Amino acid sequence: MELLTQQVLAGISTGAIYACMALAVVMIYQAIDHLNFAQGEMAMFSTFIAWQLIEKGVPYWLAFLITLVVSFIGGVAIERIVFKPIEHAPVLSHVVIFIALYSVINSMAGFIWDFTVKSFPSPFGSSPLFGSTLISSHQGGMVAVTLGLLLLLYLFFSYTSVGLAMRAAAANPASARLVGIRVSWMTALGWGMASAIGAIAGMLIAPVVFLEPNMMISILLYGFAGAVLGGLTSPGGAVLGGFAVGIIENLAGTYIPVIGAELKLPIALVVIVVVLVFKPAGLFGRVVVSRV
Amino acid sequence: MSASAHEETVVHHDIGESPEGENRPIARPATPAANAGAGARRIIFLALLAIALVLPMFIKNFVVFQLTQTMVYAIAIVGLNLLTGFNGQFSLGHSAFYAVGAYTAAIMMEHMGVNYVWTLPVAGVICFILGFLFGLPALRLEGVYLALATFALAAATPQILKLSPLEHWTGGVQGIVITKPDAPFGLPFNQDQWLYYFTLIVGVILYIAAKNLVTSRTGRALMAIRDNPIAARSMGVNTSLYKASAFGLSALYTGIAGALGAIIVQFVAPDSFTLTLSIGFLVGLVVGGVGWLPGALFGGAFLLFVPNIAEGVSKGLSGAVYGLLLIAIIYVMPSGLAGFIQAVVGKLRGK
Repeated sequence: MELLTQQVLAGISTGAIYACMALAVVMIYQAIDHLNFAQGEMAMFSTFIAWQLIEKGVPYWLAFLITLVVSFIGGVAIERIVFKPIEHAPVLSHVVIFIALYSVINSMAGFIWDFTVKSFPSPFGSSPLFGSTLISSHQGGMVAVTLGLLLLLYLFFSYTSVGLAMRAAAANPASARLVGIRVSWMTALGWGMASAIGAIAGMLIAPVVFLEPNMMISILLYGFAGAVLGGLTSPGGAVLGGFAVGIIENLAGTYIPVIGAELKLPIALVVIVVVLVFKPAGLFGRVVVSRV
Repeated sequence: MSASAHEETVVHHDIGESPEGENRPIARPATPAANAGAGARRIIFLALLAIALVLPMFIKNFVVFQLTQTMVYAIAIVGLNLLTGFNGQFSLGHSAFYAVGAYTAAIMMEHMGVNYVWTLPVAGVICFILGFLFGLPALRLEGVYLALATFALAAATPQILKLSPLEHWTGGVQGIVITKPDAPFGLPFNQDQWLYYFTLIVGVILYIAAKNLVTSRTGRALMAIRDNPIAARSMGVNTSLYKASAFGLSALYTGIAGALGAIIVQFVAPDSFTLTLSIGFLVGLVVGGVGWLPGALFGGAFLLFVPNIAEGVSKGLSGAVYGLLLIAIIYVMPSGLAGFIQAVVGKLRGK
C-alpha cells in the first residue's frame, strides 16, 4: 500500500509535466484541427529564449513575460509565413511541414545553444511538498499553474467573443466565414496562443528535466497521449489525461515484472489504445455525430 | 491554377458530411498518369526499366547500393500508399512491419540457414497476419487516434526487440549480422549488382501487383471506403474486412521491403527501426504523391539522398537545411510529385 501511494504520487508529479504539454496540444488542436509535431520544439526554443534572458541578468518573471510575448509573436509568424501560402494543400502535406519545422527548430537550437545540458531556475523552489520527497514544491507549483491556465482557457473559450470565434473557425470554417469571422486570423491567433502556452509548459518542465534541444521529444509524445486519452476537444480532459498517463506509466513500470521497466512507454500507450477502442473520442471528448 | 480549382471542388463535396471542419481530404486523389494515354505510360515504364537494367554497369558499387536502398524504401512506401493513399488510413507504425520483415529475414538466414530468397515470402506472410490483426482494433479508430495507436506500435518495436527473453533470437541491442549472398547460376555480377537486380525484380513484381490491385474491383472498394465509408457500406462493401485487409497488405509490402533492406545492409539492430523510420516513410509518401504509386521511387530517393545533401551543405545545421528543403518541396509541389506532374501535363496540353 505504501508503495502504491508512493508510485501514484510520483506518477502525479511526472503527470504534471504531461498535463501541461497536453493542454498546449489541445489548444492548437482547437485552432488548427490537427496535432502539431513541432509543438514540443517550439516550446523548447521558447524556453531557451527565457534561459538566455535570465543568463543576461533579466529577473525571472520579466523574462517569463518577455518569452510569452516573443513566443506568441513567433507562433503567429509561423502560421503566417509557413502555413498561409499552402493552406489549400492536403492535410498530409501539412503534417510533413510539421516534421520539417521540427527538424529546423531542433537543429537551430542545437546550433545556437549547443547540446550540453543546462539547468533552468524554478520560481517555486524545490523543497519537498507535504513532507514527501517524491513531489516537490516546484511540481506543486506546476500543478497549480496548469490548473490556473485551464481555468483561464475555459473562461476565454466560453465567455469571450474572440474565444467563441476561434472555436467556430476551427469547428466549421465555411460557416464561420459566412457569419463574418476572419477565419485565417483566428487560426494565426490559435497558433500564437498555443505557442505561448507551450512556452509556459517548457519553462515549467525545464527545471525538472533540464534544458537541452532534445528535452521535449518524449514529453511531447506523452503530452499527445494524455491529450488523446482525455479527449482532444476537452482541455480539462487533456489535463486529467496527462496525469493519468503519468500514473499509468509509473504503475506499469513498478508492478509488471521484468518487462515493465523496459516497456514503460509502450505499456502506457497500449492502455491508452485499449481505452480508445472503447471510447473512440477519448474519455471526455465530445462524440461527433456527422450528418450524411 | 487548375490545382486550386480542383481543391475547391473537393472542399464543397465534403462540407455536408463533416461538421468538425475536416473539409480537406486526407490526401487529394492524384492520378496524373490517368491523363496520359495507356500506351504512353507503358512506353515510359519500359524505358525506365531498360535504363534501370543497364545502369549498374556504368556506376560505382556504392551508388549501386544506394539505388538498391532507394528501391527498398520505395517498396515500403508503396505499401504505406496502399493503406494511406488508397484506403485513407493513417499510419506511423510502419517501421514496426519493416522491422518484423528485417528480423524475419535475419533470423531465418543466420539461425536456420534458409536461403535469402525464401525469407521474403515468409516475411510477407508474417507481416500480413500481423498487419491484419492490428487492423482489427484499428477499425474503431480514425485520424489522430489511429495515428496514436500506430505510433504506439512504432514506439514499442525497438523496446520489444531489445527484451532479454528474446535475446537468443534477436541478438538484443547488438542485433544480427547477415552474410551477403552471391549471384546465383554463375552470373557475372558482384554482390551489390546482384542484390540490385534481385531487388529490382522483386520491386517490379510488387509494383505491377499493386497497380493491378488498385485498378481492380478490390481497389475500387478500398478507394470508395476512403472517399465515403458510409456510401461504400451501403453499396455492399464489407468495410471492416477491406480495411483490415488493407492494413495486412500494406504491412506485407513493408515487411518484404524490410527483409530486402536487412539483406542488402547485412545487419539488423533494434535502433534502426524507430519512429524516425516511420516518419521517413510518411515524408517519402507525401513528397512522391499520396495515391500515386510511381511516386514511391521519388519518395525513396528523397528519404535516402536529401539528408546526405543537407549534411553536405552544413554539418552543424543539417537538420535545418533538411527541414527547409522539405518545406521548399511542399511549396513547389503541395501534392507531391504526382500533383506537380499533373499540373505540368495540364499546362503542356493547353486548355
